[in-house]
Amino acid sequence: MTVTTDTVVATSSRRRRRPVSHMVPWLFISPWIIGFVAFTLGPMLFSLYMSFFDWPIVGERTFIGLDNYVTMTTLDPQFWESLWITVKFALLFVPLNIAVGFLLALLLNAGLKGTGVLRTLFYLPSVISGVALVTIFSWLYSYRFGVLNYLLGFVGIDGPNWLGDPSWALVAIVFASLWGVGSTMLILLAGLQAIPRELYEAARISGVPAWARTLYITLPMLGPMLLFSIITSIISAFQQLTLALLLTEGGPLGSTYFFAMYIYDNAFKYFDMGYAAAMSWIMFGIVLLLSLAVMKSSSAWVHYEGEVRGKKGDKS
Amino acid sequence: MTRPLLYGAAIFMAALFVAPFVWTLLTAVKTEAELYTFPPSFLPETWRWENFHTAWTKLPFTTFLTNSTIVVVLSTVGQLFSSSLVAFGFARFRFPGRDVLFVVVLASMMIPWDVKMIPLYMQFNFLGWINTLKPLIVPAWFGEAFFIFLLRQYIMSVPMEIDEAARMDGANSWQLYWRIHLPLMLPALVLVGTFQFMNAWNDYLGPLIFLNDQSKYTLTLGLSMFKGLHGQDFISIAAITVVLCLPPLVLFFFAQRYIMDSALGSSVKG
Repeated sequence: MTVTTDTVVATSSRRRRRPVSHMVPWLFISPWIIGFVAFTLGPMLFSLYMSFFDWPIVGERTFIGLDNYVTMTTLDPQFWESLWITVKFALLFVPLNIAVGFLLALLLNAGLKGTGVLRTLFYLPSVISGVALVTIFSWLYSYRFGVLNYLLGFVGIDGPNWLGDPSWALVAIVFASLWGVGSTMLILLAGLQAIPRELYEAARISGVPAWARTLYITLPMLGPMLLFSIITSIISAFQQLTLALLLTEGGPLGSTYFFAMYIYDNAFKYFDMGYAAAMSWIMFGIVLLLSLAVMKSSSAWVHYEGEVRGKKGDKS
Repeated sequence: MTRPLLYGAAIFMAALFVAPFVWTLLTAVKTEAELYTFPPSFLPETWRWENFHTAWTKLPFTTFLTNSTIVVVLSTVGQLFSSSLVAFGFARFRFPGRDVLFVVVLASMMIPWDVKMIPLYMQFNFLGWINTLKPLIVPAWFGEAFFIFLLRQYIMSVPMEIDEAARMDGANSWQLYWRIHLPLMLPALVLVGTFQFMNAWNDYLGPLIFLNDQSKYTLTLGLSMFKGLHGQDFISIAAITVVLCLPPLVLFFFAQRYIMDSALGSSVKG
């Protein structure tokens, strides 16, 4: 830190660097390479290998080819049941997470007083553990003593038995998950703040109403951030495990028995590692396909800055 | 839309996000009798702060806290060191395959943990690491894609002239990293440290899968076990929950400027 501007100026003849050994950059990134092979690539390939075996946690393992995959899709109703529950959850969670995150970001971008405090408050739940979230919500959701149903009573709603009623438990998990909307909100807020003010000015002067400005300027300009948020929301929806394990334990009547929880049970309750590994690859495949599909479709609705500039030119 | 309406919406939303915390804190200091009154009483009649002490002694929470602290401290030190080292390598050197490798770094962020969970368990089992804190600490010493990305972006914003001047003064690559860039990226390191602290402190699935002896439990695992054993003891559960939430919340208050700026900054660039 003893570099002064003088030396910088004096030596800015560039290119006169001492040659660096070829090995040096590799030494710097070697931790990541080792870690990637040992804790990501290795395990992933190993898990693919395992998925072709009948692999109990102790005892003989037998190569069975694609049997695990065939069994789960043709003979295991729980596989489809759990997959459907996860899909239902994703269908509820992803749009709501994006919508709530977007509305909160709009609110924070409206130039209200105390915006900094609001932003902090909205983000607070995102910094606590899923376990803490579970204990907080299990008490809020309590059928007879829960404060949620008490408050609902004020507006004349007879609150359901949130965690005990098969038709409500999944919804209860969706609401609890939405409490952690903070990071999506931050990303969308960042996107909002990057939109050039002139766009709104131009539209306002041409007499475009506020709702139309949101629809035709904000949403398309937010495209890349929305895309990113949708993909991360899909991934987190499919990985949902902590809430299922702790808040509802998969119940009632298996109504929240998520796909990830079925994988977990196969591995660590029934010790059928090969079957669980095969299931986790199915999940990876689904998440990958969905992400790719979202990205592919995005060319229709994501507008990168260059294009929008052109459009603005057209309008004016 | 009118301003008052917006303020109304803001206050309503803020209440939704904060009320559960307040409610948990209020529950933690109530008496057993007050807990099951309906309609619920909002402010406790008597504030029983000793509830925290009572809850804390119902299970060996001091042991759990010690374990959590070991994991958090060691994994954070490792993460700061390894991620900054790798980020420096990607930001300041040109070498064949660099850009492809960096795409791999970014892509690895998309891999669901579920895919790795089972083979990692087998691997740590093979190494004899199950029921030790090692699986929760050692991987953090090899860098994390998201942090590498953040730090690399930060290093790239530092003018190249600084490197050239240091090299002229005879600094080698290590000195350039250790004496020049590490101090310069302090704000980004605060951010990475905060995230790593929260990840390690809040982690539940890792401890759940890799630990099976109560003497090795972390605080999250301890709380979930406590909930399993004393499901009706809501006062104690609430008290431990408050303790579990406190460190990340306090840390967040101190580091929030960096967190908000990074979320805003990195995306504007990206």
